[in-house]
Amino acid sequence: MRQEEFEARYSEQWKKFEVQINLAEALRQNNEPAKNALAGFADNYRQLCYSLSIARERHYSPLLISRLEALAFRGHQSFYQKRLGIFQNIYHFILSGFPQAVRRHANYVWIASGLFYLPIIILFLLMLIFPDLIYMIVDPMTVTQIENMYDPAAERFGTERGSDSDFLMFGHYIRNNIGIAFQTFAGGILLTIGTQFFLLFNGFFFGAIAGHIYNIGYSETFFSFVIGHGAFELTGIVISGAAGLQIGWAVLSPGIYSRKQALVNAGKSAIQLVYGAIFLLLIAAFVEAFWSSTHMVTAQTKYWVGLAFWIIIFAYLTLLGRGKNQKLQVAK
Amino acid sequence: MLDTTREIEVPEGVELSLATAGLVSRSLAFMLDLLIRAIAIIIVNVILSFLGEFGVGLLFIIAFLVEWFYPVLFEVFNHGQTIGKKAMGIMVINDDGTPIDWSSSIVRNLLRFADFLPALFGFGVLSMLINKDFKRLGDLAAGTLVVHKRKLKDEKLSNDVDGLAPRFPLTLEEQSAVISFAERSNKMSEGRALELASYLSPWIEHGKKEQSNQNDALVLKRMAKWLRGHR
Repeated sequence: MRQEEFEARYSEQWKKFEVQINLAEALRQNNEPAKNALAGFADNYRQLCYSLSIARERHYSPLLISRLEALAFRGHQSFYQKRLGIFQNIYHFILSGFPQAVRRHANYVWIASGLFYLPIIILFLLMLIFPDLIYMIVDPMTVTQIENMYDPAAERFGTERGSDSDFLMFGHYIRNNIGIAFQTFAGGILLTIGTQFFLLFNGFFFGAIAGHIYNIGYSETFFSFVIGHGAFELTGIVISGAAGLQIGWAVLSPGIYSRKQALVNAGKSAIQLVYGAIFLLLIAAFVEAFWSSTHMVTAQTKYWVGLAFWIIIFAYLTLLGRGKNQKLQVAK
Repeated sequence: MLDTTREIEVPEGVELSLATAGLVSRSLAFMLDLLIRAIAIIIVNVILSFLGEFGVGLLFIIAFLVEWFYPVLFEVFNHGQTIGKKAMGIMVINDDGTPIDWSSSIVRNLLRFADFLPALFGFGVLSMLINKDFKRLGDLAAGTLVVHKRKLKDEKLSNDVDGLAPRFPLTLEEQSAVISFAERSNKMSEGRALELASYLSPWIEHGKKEQSNQNDALVLKRMAKWLRGHR
Protein backbone atom coordinates (compact mmCIF):
# COMPACT_ATOMS: atom_id res chain seq x y z
CA MET A 1 0.00 0.00 0.00
CA ARG A 2 1.32 3.43 -0.89
CA GLN A 3 1.56 6.06 1.79
CA GLU A 4 -1.21 8.18 0.38
CA GLU A 5 -3.67 5.33 0.28
CA PHE A 6 -2.62 4.39 3.79
CA GLU A 7 -3.18 7.92 5.03
CA ALA A 8 -6.48 8.20 3.23
CA ARG A 9 -7.69 4.97 4.72
CA TYR A 10 -6.79 5.69 8.33
CA SER A 11 -6.66 9.45 8.75
CA GLU A 12 -10.34 9.59 9.78
CA GLN A 13 -9.59 7.23 12.67
CA TRP A 14 -6.50 9.16 13.69
CA LYS A 15 -8.44 12.40 13.71
CA LYS A 16 -11.16 10.83 15.84
CA PHE A 17 -8.57 9.56 18.25
CA GLU A 18 -6.88 12.94 18.46
CA VAL A 19 -10.20 14.51 19.45
CA GLN A 20 -10.60 11.88 22.15
CA ILE A 21 -7.08 12.50 23.49
CA ASN A 22 -7.70 16.22 23.67
CA LEU A 23 -10.86 15.49 25.60
CA ALA A 24 -9.16 12.99 27.92
CA GLU A 25 -6.31 15.40 28.68
CA ALA A 26 -8.66 18.23 29.54
CA LEU A 27 -10.71 15.95 31.75
CA ARG A 28 -10.23 15.98 35.50
CA GLN A 29 -13.24 14.10 36.81
CA ASN A 30 -15.48 11.38 35.50
CA ASN A 31 -18.58 12.74 33.91
CA GLU A 32 -21.19 10.98 31.84
CA PRO A 33 -21.14 12.85 28.51
CA ALA A 34 -17.36 12.61 28.42
CA LYS A 35 -17.53 8.88 29.08
CA ASN A 36 -19.68 8.44 25.99
CA ALA A 37 -17.39 10.57 23.89
CA LEU A 38 -14.46 8.47 25.04
CA ALA A 39 -16.10 5.16 24.11
CA GLY A 40 -13.74 3.10 22.00
CA PHE A 41 -10.66 4.99 23.19
CA ALA A 42 -8.75 1.77 23.83
CA ASP A 43 -9.59 0.34 20.40
CA ASN A 44 -8.60 3.55 18.67
CA TYR A 45 -5.36 3.69 20.63
CA ARG A 46 -4.48 0.13 19.68
CA GLN A 47 -5.33 0.88 16.07
CA LEU A 48 -3.04 3.90 16.18
CA CYS A 49 -0.16 1.85 17.55
CA TYR A 50 -0.81 -0.66 14.79
CA SER A 51 -0.70 2.11 12.18
CA LEU A 52 2.53 3.39 13.67
CA SER A 53 4.28 0.05 13.43
CA ILE A 54 3.09 -0.45 9.87
CA ALA A 55 4.26 3.03 8.94
CA ARG A 56 7.69 2.28 10.43
CA GLU A 57 7.95 -1.13 8.83
CA ARG A 58 7.12 0.26 5.37
CA HIS A 59 9.45 3.24 5.78
CA TYR A 60 6.74 5.78 5.27
CA SER A 61 7.81 9.36 5.52
CA PRO A 62 9.41 10.61 8.76
CA LEU A 63 6.77 13.31 9.05
CA LEU A 64 3.94 10.80 9.13
CA ILE A 65 5.82 8.59 11.58
CA SER A 66 6.60 11.42 13.95
CA ARG A 67 3.01 12.58 13.81
CA LEU A 68 1.77 9.11 14.71
CA GLU A 69 4.42 8.80 17.42
CA ALA A 70 3.32 12.05 19.02
CA LEU A 71 -0.27 10.80 19.05
CA ALA A 72 0.78 7.41 20.42
CA PHE A 73 2.77 9.05 23.22
CA ARG A 74 -0.17 11.18 24.27
CA GLY A 75 -2.46 8.18 24.04
CA HIS A 76 -0.06 6.18 26.19
CA GLN A 77 0.06 8.96 28.78
CA SER A 78 -3.72 9.21 28.94
CA PHE A 79 -4.35 5.49 28.89
CA TYR A 80 -1.83 4.38 31.48
CA GLN A 81 -2.08 7.17 34.02
CA LYS A 82 -2.39 6.10 37.62
CA ARG A 83 -5.27 7.09 39.81
CA LEU A 84 -4.10 9.96 41.97
CA GLY A 85 -5.60 8.64 45.15
CA ILE A 86 -3.38 9.76 48.01
CA PHE A 87 -5.93 12.06 49.52
CA GLN A 88 -8.63 9.41 49.64
CA ASN A 89 -6.12 7.09 51.25
CA ILE A 90 -4.85 9.47 53.93
CA TYR A 91 -7.29 8.11 56.47
CA HIS A 92 -6.19 4.50 55.96
CA PHE A 93 -2.58 5.54 55.77
CA ILE A 94 -2.68 7.21 59.18
CA LEU A 95 -4.68 4.47 60.82
CA SER A 96 -2.72 1.51 59.51
CA GLY A 97 -0.42 2.13 56.56
CA PHE A 98 2.09 4.33 58.34
CA PRO A 99 2.58 2.24 61.51
CA GLN A 100 2.88 -0.82 59.28
CA ALA A 101 5.51 0.89 57.16
CA VAL A 102 7.48 1.83 60.27
CA ARG A 103 7.40 -1.76 61.52
CA ARG A 104 8.29 -3.10 58.08
CA HIS A 105 11.42 -0.94 58.13
CA ALA A 106 12.06 -1.35 61.85
CA ASN A 107 15.78 -1.97 61.28
CA TYR A 108 16.25 1.41 59.60
CA VAL A 109 14.18 3.10 62.29
CA TRP A 110 16.34 1.56 65.03
CA ILE A 111 19.57 2.57 63.32
CA ALA A 112 18.30 6.10 62.80
CA SER A 113 17.20 6.21 66.45
CA GLY A 114 20.68 5.16 67.49
CA LEU A 115 22.31 7.79 65.28
CA PHE A 116 20.10 10.45 66.82
CA TYR A 117 19.59 9.49 70.47
CA LEU A 118 23.07 8.16 71.26
CA PRO A 119 24.74 11.52 70.51
CA ILE A 120 22.11 13.21 72.68
CA ILE A 121 22.87 10.93 75.62
CA ILE A 122 26.64 11.03 75.12
CA LEU A 123 26.75 14.81 74.81
CA PHE A 124 24.44 15.27 77.78
CA LEU A 125 26.69 13.13 79.97
CA LEU A 126 29.83 14.82 78.66
CA MET A 127 28.33 18.19 79.43
CA LEU A 128 27.89 17.18 83.06
CA ILE A 129 31.63 16.49 83.26
CA PHE A 130 32.91 19.30 81.00
CA PRO A 131 30.38 22.18 81.14
CA ASP A 132 32.51 24.41 78.89
CA LEU A 133 32.16 21.96 76.02
CA ILE A 134 29.01 23.85 75.02
CA TYR A 135 31.09 26.68 73.57
CA MET A 136 32.92 24.27 71.27
CA ILE A 137 29.68 22.93 69.79
CA VAL A 138 27.32 25.90 69.84
CA ASP A 139 28.44 29.44 69.16
CA PRO A 140 28.25 31.79 72.19
CA MET A 141 25.59 34.02 70.64
CA THR A 142 23.20 31.11 70.23
CA VAL A 143 23.99 29.92 73.75
CA THR A 144 23.04 33.30 75.20
CA GLN A 145 19.89 33.35 73.12
CA ILE A 146 18.84 29.95 74.35
CA GLU A 147 19.68 30.85 77.93
CA ASN A 148 17.40 33.88 77.70
CA MET A 149 14.67 31.78 76.15
CA TYR A 150 14.49 29.36 79.03
CA ASP A 151 15.38 31.72 81.87
CA PRO A 152 12.70 31.05 84.51
CA ALA A 153 12.99 34.66 85.62
CA ALA A 154 12.36 36.00 82.15
CA GLU A 155 9.28 38.08 81.77
CA ARG A 156 8.11 36.20 78.72
CA PHE A 157 7.36 33.15 80.74
CA GLY A 158 5.19 35.07 83.12
CA THR A 159 2.77 36.39 80.56
CA GLU A 160 0.70 34.46 78.11
CA ARG A 161 1.61 34.82 74.45
CA GLY A 162 -1.24 35.94 72.15
CA SER A 163 -2.75 33.46 69.77
CA ASP A 164 -1.38 35.47 66.84
CA SER A 165 2.15 34.91 68.07
CA ASP A 166 1.31 31.26 68.61
CA PHE A 167 0.34 31.03 64.97
CA LEU A 168 3.53 32.79 63.93
CA MET A 169 5.53 30.16 65.79
CA PHE A 170 3.36 27.41 64.27
CA GLY A 171 4.30 28.58 60.79
CA HIS A 172 7.95 28.87 61.80
CA TYR A 173 8.05 25.33 63.23
CA ILE A 174 6.40 23.87 60.15
CA ARG A 175 8.84 25.50 57.79
CA ASN A 176 11.89 24.83 59.92
CA ASN A 177 11.26 21.34 61.26
CA ILE A 178 9.71 19.75 58.18
CA GLY A 179 12.47 21.36 56.13
CA ILE A 180 15.06 19.66 58.37
CA ALA A 181 13.22 16.36 58.00
CA PHE A 182 13.25 16.68 54.21
CA GLN A 183 16.97 17.47 54.21
CA THR A 184 17.64 14.50 56.47
CA PHE A 185 15.77 12.28 54.02
CA ALA A 186 17.29 13.72 50.86
CA GLY A 187 20.85 13.48 52.18
CA GLY A 188 20.41 9.72 52.33
CA ILE A 189 20.87 9.27 48.60
CA LEU A 190 24.53 10.21 49.06
CA LEU A 191 25.27 6.68 50.27
CA THR A 192 23.45 7.47 53.57
CA ILE A 193 26.15 9.99 54.47
CA GLY A 194 23.90 13.06 54.38
CA THR A 195 21.30 11.44 56.61
CA GLN A 196 23.93 10.30 59.08
CA PHE A 197 25.37 13.79 59.18
CA PHE A 198 22.04 15.48 59.91
CA LEU A 199 21.02 12.92 62.55
CA LEU A 200 24.37 13.06 64.33
CA PHE A 201 24.66 16.82 64.06
CA ASN A 202 21.18 17.48 65.42
CA GLY A 203 21.72 14.87 68.12
CA PHE A 204 24.97 16.45 69.28
CA PHE A 205 23.44 19.91 69.18
CA PHE A 206 20.36 18.97 71.14
CA GLY A 207 22.36 16.93 73.67
CA ALA A 208 24.75 19.82 74.24
CA ILE A 209 21.91 22.32 74.74
CA ALA A 210 20.06 20.01 77.11
CA GLY A 211 23.22 19.42 79.13
CA HIS A 212 23.98 23.12 79.31
CA ILE A 213 20.45 24.01 80.40
CA TYR A 214 20.70 21.35 83.11
CA ASN A 215 24.05 22.71 84.24
CA ILE A 216 22.79 26.24 84.66
CA GLY A 217 19.67 25.09 86.45
CA TYR A 218 16.93 26.04 83.96
CA SER A 219 15.75 22.46 83.72
CA GLU A 220 12.13 22.96 84.54
CA THR A 221 11.30 25.59 81.92
CA PHE A 222 13.30 23.71 79.27
CA PHE A 223 12.23 20.13 79.80
CA SER A 224 8.59 20.91 80.47
CA PHE A 225 8.65 22.83 77.18
CA VAL A 226 10.40 20.15 75.16
CA ILE A 227 8.80 16.96 76.42
CA GLY A 228 5.36 17.47 74.85
CA HIS A 229 6.11 18.15 71.19
CA GLY A 230 9.38 16.21 71.43
CA ALA A 231 7.41 12.99 71.26
CA PHE A 232 6.23 13.86 67.76
CA GLU A 233 9.13 15.98 66.58
CA LEU A 234 12.02 13.70 67.52
CA THR A 235 10.12 10.66 66.25
CA GLY A 236 9.36 12.45 63.00
CA ILE A 237 13.02 13.36 62.49
CA VAL A 238 14.13 9.80 63.27
CA ILE A 239 11.62 8.35 60.80
CA SER A 240 12.64 10.71 58.02
CA GLY A 241 16.20 9.65 58.81
CA ALA A 242 15.15 6.01 58.48
CA ALA A 243 13.73 6.84 55.04
CA GLY A 244 17.03 8.45 54.03
CA LEU A 245 19.04 5.47 55.27
CA GLN A 246 16.80 3.19 53.24
CA ILE A 247 17.47 4.89 49.90
CA GLY A 248 21.18 5.21 50.62
CA TRP A 249 21.42 1.57 51.59
CA ALA A 250 19.67 0.57 48.35
CA VAL A 251 22.54 2.19 46.45
CA LEU A 252 25.20 0.60 48.66
CA SER A 253 23.69 -2.85 48.77
CA PRO A 254 21.15 -3.37 45.99
CA GLY A 255 20.77 -7.13 46.53
CA ILE A 256 19.21 -8.98 43.59
CA TYR A 257 18.27 -5.82 41.73
CA SER A 258 20.35 -3.49 39.64
CA ARG A 259 21.50 -0.49 41.64
CA LYS A 260 19.16 1.73 39.65
CA GLN A 261 16.13 -0.49 40.17
CA ALA A 262 16.92 -1.00 43.86
CA LEU A 263 17.06 2.77 44.31
CA VAL A 264 13.70 3.28 42.59
CA ASN A 265 12.11 0.53 44.73
CA ALA A 266 13.57 2.00 47.91
CA GLY A 267 12.36 5.46 46.93
CA LYS A 268 8.81 4.19 46.48
CA SER A 269 8.78 2.56 49.89
CA ALA A 270 10.78 5.23 51.74
CA ILE A 271 8.40 7.97 50.68
CA GLN A 272 5.75 6.30 52.86
CA LEU A 273 7.95 6.99 55.87
CA VAL A 274 8.40 10.59 54.72
CA TYR A 275 4.63 11.08 54.48
CA GLY A 276 4.35 9.72 58.01
CA ALA A 277 7.12 12.01 59.23
CA ILE A 278 5.30 15.00 57.74
CA PHE A 279 2.17 13.93 59.62
CA LEU A 280 4.06 13.66 62.93
CA LEU A 281 5.87 16.96 62.40
CA LEU A 282 2.62 18.78 61.69
CA ILE A 283 1.31 17.55 65.03
CA ALA A 284 4.61 18.51 66.64
CA ALA A 285 4.42 22.05 65.26
CA PHE A 286 0.89 22.39 66.51
CA VAL A 287 1.70 21.10 69.99
CA GLU A 288 4.88 23.17 70.17
CA ALA A 289 3.12 26.38 69.19
CA PHE A 290 -0.11 26.07 71.13
CA TRP A 291 0.62 23.73 74.05
CA SER A 292 4.30 23.64 74.96
CA SER A 293 4.50 27.42 75.34
CA THR A 294 1.36 27.86 77.40
CA HIS A 295 1.55 29.00 81.02
CA MET A 296 -1.96 28.14 81.99
CA VAL A 297 -0.77 24.80 83.35
CA THR A 298 2.04 23.88 85.71
CA ALA A 299 5.26 22.22 84.66
CA GLN A 300 4.04 19.15 86.49
CA THR A 301 1.01 18.86 84.19
CA LYS A 302 3.21 19.30 81.15
CA TYR A 303 5.43 16.44 82.26
CA TRP A 304 2.47 14.13 82.63
CA VAL A 305 0.91 15.15 79.32
CA GLY A 306 4.30 14.85 77.65
CA LEU A 307 4.72 11.38 79.05
CA ALA A 308 1.25 10.52 77.75
CA PHE A 309 2.28 11.78 74.28
CA TRP A 310 5.33 9.51 74.30
CA ILE A 311 3.23 6.52 75.30
CA ILE A 312 0.66 7.37 72.63
CA ILE A 313 3.26 7.67 69.87
CA PHE A 314 4.93 4.44 70.93
CA ALA A 315 1.61 2.58 71.09
CA TYR A 316 0.53 4.10 67.78
CA LEU A 317 3.62 2.92 65.94
CA THR A 318 3.76 -0.52 67.52
CA LEU A 319 0.10 -1.49 67.79
CA LEU A 320 -1.99 0.12 65.08
CA GLY A 321 -2.74 -1.64 61.83
CA ARG A 322 -2.04 -5.15 63.03
CA GLY A 323 -4.39 -7.91 61.89
CA LYS A 324 -6.05 -8.82 58.62
CA ASN A 325 -5.78 -5.33 57.19
CA GLN A 326 -2.04 -5.76 57.02
CA LYS A 327 -2.06 -8.43 54.31
CA LEU A 328 -4.19 -6.23 52.15
CA GLN A 329 -1.76 -3.35 52.44
CA VAL A 330 1.26 -5.42 51.64
CA ALA A 331 -0.44 -7.01 48.65
CA LYS A 332 -1.18 -3.59 47.28
CA MET B 1 27.01 8.31 21.67
CA LEU B 2 25.71 11.85 21.59
CA ASP B 3 22.24 10.68 20.74
CA THR B 4 19.71 12.07 23.16
CA THR B 5 16.73 9.90 22.41
CA ARG B 6 15.41 7.22 24.62
CA GLU B 7 13.27 4.35 23.36
CA ILE B 8 10.33 3.25 25.44
CA GLU B 9 8.41 0.15 24.45
CA VAL B 10 4.73 0.41 25.31
CA PRO B 11 2.51 -2.61 26.04
CA GLU B 12 0.96 -2.32 22.57
CA GLY B 13 4.28 -3.45 21.15
CA VAL B 14 5.42 -0.23 19.52
CA GLU B 15 8.43 1.79 20.51
CA LEU B 16 8.16 5.46 21.21
CA SER B 17 11.34 7.45 20.90
CA LEU B 18 11.52 10.39 23.27
CA ALA B 19 14.04 13.20 23.19
CA THR B 20 15.54 13.56 26.66
CA ALA B 21 16.03 17.12 27.87
CA GLY B 22 19.57 18.21 28.64
CA LEU B 23 21.29 20.36 31.20
CA VAL B 24 20.70 23.72 29.53
CA SER B 25 16.97 23.56 28.90
CA ARG B 26 16.40 22.10 32.35
CA SER B 27 18.52 24.74 34.08
CA LEU B 28 16.69 27.51 32.25
CA ALA B 29 13.34 26.01 33.24
CA PHE B 30 14.51 25.82 36.84
CA MET B 31 15.69 29.42 36.87
CA LEU B 32 12.40 30.61 35.43
CA ASP B 33 10.55 28.67 38.12
CA LEU B 34 12.83 30.16 40.76
CA LEU B 35 11.96 33.63 39.54
CA ILE B 36 8.24 32.89 39.54
CA ARG B 37 8.46 31.46 43.05
CA ALA B 38 10.33 34.50 44.31
CA ILE B 39 7.75 36.85 42.80
CA ALA B 40 4.89 34.80 44.25
CA ILE B 41 6.46 34.96 47.72
CA ILE B 42 6.98 38.71 47.46
CA ILE B 43 3.35 39.25 46.46
CA VAL B 44 2.08 37.02 49.27
CA ASN B 45 4.39 38.85 51.65
CA VAL B 46 2.91 42.21 50.71
CA ILE B 47 -0.66 40.97 51.09
CA LEU B 48 -0.06 39.22 54.40
CA SER B 49 1.83 42.12 55.90
CA PHE B 50 -1.56 43.61 56.78
CA LEU B 51 -2.32 40.67 59.04
CA GLY B 52 0.39 41.21 61.62
CA GLU B 53 1.92 38.22 63.37
CA PHE B 54 -0.77 35.88 62.12
CA GLY B 55 0.22 36.93 58.60
CA VAL B 56 3.89 36.16 59.28
CA GLY B 57 2.93 32.68 60.49
CA LEU B 58 0.87 32.17 57.36
CA LEU B 59 3.75 33.46 55.25
CA PHE B 60 6.08 30.86 56.79
CA ILE B 61 3.65 28.09 55.90
CA ILE B 62 3.13 29.37 52.36
CA ALA B 63 6.88 29.82 51.90
CA PHE B 64 7.40 26.24 53.07
CA LEU B 65 4.80 24.95 50.61
CA VAL B 66 6.21 26.99 47.72
CA GLU B 67 9.78 25.93 48.49
CA TRP B 68 9.06 22.20 48.52
CA PHE B 69 5.76 21.59 46.77
CA TYR B 70 5.49 24.12 43.95
CA PRO B 71 7.00 21.69 41.42
CA VAL B 72 5.06 18.73 42.83
CA LEU B 73 1.66 20.33 42.40
CA PHE B 74 2.44 21.54 38.88
CA GLU B 75 3.94 18.25 37.76
CA VAL B 76 1.02 16.20 39.05
CA PHE B 77 -1.82 18.46 37.92
CA ASN B 78 -0.31 20.05 34.81
CA HIS B 79 0.80 17.04 32.76
CA GLY B 80 4.34 16.96 34.13
CA GLN B 81 5.08 20.62 33.50
CA THR B 82 5.91 23.47 35.84
CA ILE B 83 5.59 26.93 34.34
CA GLY B 84 9.31 26.98 33.59
CA LYS B 85 9.22 23.54 31.99
CA LYS B 86 6.24 24.55 29.89
CA ALA B 87 8.11 27.60 28.67
CA MET B 88 11.04 25.38 27.67
CA GLY B 89 8.76 22.77 26.11
CA ILE B 90 9.89 19.98 28.40
CA MET B 91 7.97 17.65 30.71
CA VAL B 92 8.57 15.05 33.41
CA ILE B 93 7.32 11.51 32.93
CA ASN B 94 7.87 8.18 34.62
CA ASP B 95 10.56 5.94 33.17
CA ASP B 96 7.93 3.81 31.46
CA GLY B 97 6.39 6.80 29.70
CA THR B 98 3.35 7.05 31.96
CA PRO B 99 2.40 10.39 33.54
CA ILE B 100 4.19 11.23 36.77
CA ASP B 101 2.31 10.39 39.99
CA TRP B 102 2.37 11.87 43.48
CA SER B 103 5.03 9.71 45.07
CA SER B 104 7.48 9.94 42.16
CA SER B 105 7.06 13.68 41.98
CA ILE B 106 7.51 14.13 45.72
CA VAL B 107 10.62 11.92 45.78
CA ARG B 108 12.29 13.76 42.89
CA ASN B 109 11.50 17.17 44.31
CA LEU B 110 12.54 16.44 47.91
CA LEU B 111 15.81 15.01 46.62
CA ARG B 112 16.55 18.27 44.84
CA PHE B 113 18.19 19.19 48.14
CA ALA B 114 20.73 16.38 47.67
CA ASP B 115 21.27 17.51 44.08
CA PHE B 116 22.07 20.96 45.35
CA LEU B 117 24.92 19.69 47.54
CA PRO B 118 27.80 20.34 47.98
CA ALA B 119 27.06 23.71 46.35
CA LEU B 120 25.13 25.09 43.39
CA PHE B 121 23.70 21.74 42.29
CA GLY B 122 27.14 20.12 42.14
CA PHE B 123 25.93 16.55 42.59
CA GLY B 124 22.91 17.12 40.38
CA VAL B 125 24.98 18.44 37.48
CA LEU B 126 27.56 15.68 37.92
CA SER B 127 24.83 13.05 37.91
CA MET B 128 23.22 14.55 34.80
CA LEU B 129 26.49 14.59 32.92
CA ILE B 130 27.32 10.99 33.79
CA ASN B 131 23.86 9.59 33.12
CA LYS B 132 22.86 9.01 29.52
CA ASP B 133 19.31 10.15 30.18
CA PHE B 134 20.47 13.35 31.93
CA LYS B 135 18.99 12.24 35.23
CA ARG B 136 19.79 14.09 38.39
CA LEU B 137 19.81 12.18 41.69
CA GLY B 138 16.13 12.91 42.27
CA ASP B 139 15.25 11.44 38.88
CA LEU B 140 17.30 8.33 39.60
CA ALA B 141 15.51 7.68 42.88
CA ALA B 142 12.05 8.52 41.61
CA GLY B 143 12.42 6.69 38.30
CA THR B 144 11.51 9.75 36.28
CA LEU B 145 12.67 11.24 33.01
CA VAL B 146 12.58 14.76 31.63
CA VAL B 147 11.82 14.83 27.91
CA HIS B 148 11.09 17.37 25.24
CA LYS B 149 7.41 17.53 24.57
CA ARG B 150 6.53 16.63 21.00
CA LYS B 151 4.70 19.09 18.89
CA LEU B 152 2.27 17.78 16.34
CA LYS B 153 3.43 18.75 12.90
CA ASP B 154 0.64 19.03 10.45
CA GLU B 155 2.23 20.16 7.20
CA LYS B 156 0.69 18.51 4.19
CA LEU B 157 2.20 18.13 0.79
CA SER B 158 0.90 20.72 -1.61
CA ASN B 159 -1.71 19.33 -3.91
CA ASP B 160 -0.91 21.45 -6.93
CA VAL B 161 1.59 19.03 -8.43
CA ASP B 162 0.96 15.65 -9.98
CA GLY B 163 3.05 12.53 -9.53
CA LEU B 164 6.11 11.77 -11.59
CA ALA B 165 7.72 8.36 -11.68
CA PRO B 166 11.47 8.30 -11.16
CA ARG B 167 13.36 6.82 -14.09
CA PHE B 168 14.91 4.01 -12.08
CA PRO B 169 13.92 2.25 -8.84
CA LEU B 170 14.97 3.95 -5.63
CA THR B 171 15.99 2.21 -2.44
CA LEU B 172 13.81 2.72 0.65
CA GLU B 173 16.26 5.19 2.10
CA GLU B 174 16.37 7.21 -1.10
CA GLN B 175 12.59 7.21 -1.26
CA SER B 176 12.24 8.50 2.25
CA ALA B 177 14.89 11.15 1.61
CA VAL B 178 12.96 12.43 -1.38
CA ILE B 179 9.69 12.42 0.55
CA SER B 180 11.12 14.23 3.54
CA PHE B 181 12.62 16.83 1.23
CA ALA B 182 9.18 17.43 -0.24
CA GLU B 183 7.58 17.59 3.18
CA ARG B 184 10.09 20.03 4.52
CA SER B 185 10.48 22.15 1.43
CA ASN B 186 7.56 24.44 2.31
CA LYS B 187 9.39 25.36 5.52
CA MET B 188 12.45 26.65 3.68
CA SER B 189 12.95 29.48 1.28
CA GLU B 190 12.68 28.74 -2.41
CA GLY B 191 16.33 29.52 -2.91
CA ARG B 192 17.37 27.05 -0.26
CA ALA B 193 15.08 24.36 -1.70
CA LEU B 194 16.61 24.89 -5.15
CA GLU B 195 20.10 24.82 -3.71
CA LEU B 196 19.47 21.51 -1.97
CA ALA B 197 17.77 20.02 -4.99
CA SER B 198 20.59 21.13 -7.24
CA TYR B 199 22.89 18.57 -5.60
CA LEU B 200 20.74 15.97 -7.31
CA SER B 201 20.62 17.93 -10.52
CA PRO B 202 22.73 15.56 -12.66
CA TRP B 203 20.57 12.71 -11.53
CA ILE B 204 17.29 14.49 -12.11
CA GLU B 205 18.44 15.48 -15.63
CA HIS B 206 16.94 12.26 -17.03
CA GLY B 207 13.41 13.32 -16.32
CA LYS B 208 13.97 16.90 -17.25
CA LYS B 209 14.07 16.56 -21.00
CA GLU B 210 10.31 16.33 -21.39
CA GLN B 211 9.43 19.19 -19.05
CA SER B 212 12.31 21.53 -19.60
CA ASN B 213 10.69 24.47 -17.81
CA GLN B 214 10.68 22.72 -14.42
CA ASN B 215 13.24 23.29 -11.73
CA ASP B 216 14.92 20.53 -9.77
CA ALA B 217 12.97 21.13 -6.57
CA LEU B 218 9.65 20.81 -8.32
CA VAL B 219 10.71 17.55 -9.95
CA LEU B 220 11.67 16.17 -6.57
CA LYS B 221 8.33 17.19 -5.13
CA ARG B 222 6.50 15.48 -7.95
CA MET B 223 8.54 12.33 -7.41
CA ALA B 224 7.68 12.44 -3.73
CA LYS B 225 4.05 12.66 -4.69
CA TRP B 226 4.41 9.62 -6.87
CA LEU B 227 6.32 7.72 -4.20
CA ARG B 228 3.62 8.40 -1.67
CA GLY B 229 1.18 6.68 -3.96
CA HIS B 230 -0.25 9.42 -6.12
CA ARG B 231 -0.29 8.32 -9.74
